[in-house]
Amino acid sequence: MIEIENISKSFEGKQVLTDISGRFDQGKTNLIIGASGTGKTVLLKCMVGLVQPDAGSVFYNKRDFTHADRDLKTEIRREIGMLFQGGALFDSKNVEENVMFPLNILTNMTAGDKLDRVNFCLTRVGLENVNKKMPSEISGGMKKRVGIARAIVNSSQYLFCDEPNSGLDPQTAIMIDNLIQEITREYEITTVVVTHDMNSVMEIGEYVMFLHRGEKVWEGSSDNISQAEVKELQDFIFANKLMRTIQAR
Amino acid sequence: MKSIGKYFIFLGSLFVNRESFKTYVKLIIDECILLGVDSIFIVAIVSTFMGGVTAVQTAYNLVSPLIEDYIIGTLVRDMTVQELAPTVIAIVFAGKVGSSISSGLGTMRITEQIDALEVMGINSASYLVLPKIIAALIMYPLLVILAMFLSIYGGYIAGTLTNIITEQEYIYGIRLDFNPYTIKFAMIKSLAFAFLISSISAYKGYFTKGGALEVGIASTSAVTNSCIAILLADYLLAQLLL
Repeated sequence: MIEIENISKSFEGKQVLTDISGRFDQGKTNLIIGASGTGKTVLLKCMVGLVQPDAGSVFYNKRDFTHADRDLKTEIRREIGMLFQGGALFDSKNVEENVMFPLNILTNMTAGDKLDRVNFCLTRVGLENVNKKMPSEISGGMKKRVGIARAIVNSSQYLFCDEPNSGLDPQTAIMIDNLIQEITREYEITTVVVTHDMNSVMEIGEYVMFLHRGEKVWEGSSDNISQAEVKELQDFIFANKLMRTIQAR
Repeated sequence: MKSIGKYFIFLGSLFVNRESFKTYVKLIIDECILLGVDSIFIVAIVSTFMGGVTAVQTAYNLVSPLIEDYIIGTLVRDMTVQELAPTVIAIVFAGKVGSSISSGLGTMRITEQIDALEVMGINSASYLVLPKIIAALIMYPLLVILAMFLSIYGGYIAGTLTNIITEQEYIYGIRLDFNPYTIKFAMIKSLAFAFLISSISAYKGYFTKGGALEVGIASTSAVTNSCIAILLADYLLAQLLL
């Protein structure tokens, strides 16, 4: 479980996040949604420690990560897996080396065990026979799946995904969303997904936090999001024609 | 001043929260190949011609009949060992390796690869930069030694092929009044230049912000700043050690 308490952040005097609190439960896909520029990714980066918040704290199973010393931060970070928007695969390494990377650095496993684990994770995300391909040789959807495999290879307890289906076709996007949800349930991990895709919200949103201009204005789940009586959220949900048509019916 | 302070904090961060020694050994070997072995060709070309041109131009300027021709060999040796091999090759090294280090790290930064390392709990600065600096410190002095030999050999080839000096005179000249301290001086300069090139370029690349345009700007800035630092260090070391 991850808890955030009163997170605030500004850049060069511009307030990006204001007093955001929330709880992301284990075994659930937790979504942070909102329009572009509302601070979703900044909040995610505050949670994983890539950005230091001006105020507030992030707790990983009651352990204060934001104010932890270097050793505790390293310990917690080694329990985190993250899927970046562009995949962030290492260009100089092939698929197998990318997925094996956390095992090489963070564990003392034998070469055979590492390879078995890598193959298991690649199979789990639906990738086989691509071990020796370079990141430049695979599609965007495959990169995301390799990114997921790398994020879970070290048995991470926390999975963060920054816009996992951006730039993907609708079918691949749903496949990635479902894969994230399956992995979350299968390994009982705490997953936080940043997205602005309403398909993802309706597909996997077990807990949804909606941000508007750096503030949390609503939280709930995909089951009750369309009934939410928050104008900013209504505008966000029904921004596209398809959703407006469904609403009209 | 802020940048200089940030640069020293960056250098300090290389030595905290490091990975295991075994991890670095492989990375250092890889970097030695990338920074050193892959630079042999350009260093060989530049140093051979540098020696040849030095010999020809020295001969052109020796108009007094009182000065013996073997002085050409002596001048080629002293200029090469003390200045041309360590310093001019450092400028070449900054152009080739410095821009490569800076653009490589800059690209890793903008494509979130460095963030990915940080999220895994790895000290990205130490993991990515320390092997490059160590590899440069190992390989650059070796490249300078190679450049010294090839430059003197280039002078020999140019001098004898154009009949401005005989083989015997050239060899006599390069052996005349040889001071071994000049080699030590050149090696000290090589280590200083290797450190400056690798660390400044890494600093510029590591803190790149933005996109492809900024990677290019960081790369240019890395080469420019490295060259300025090399020339300043060259002057300071000459004042201090000679």
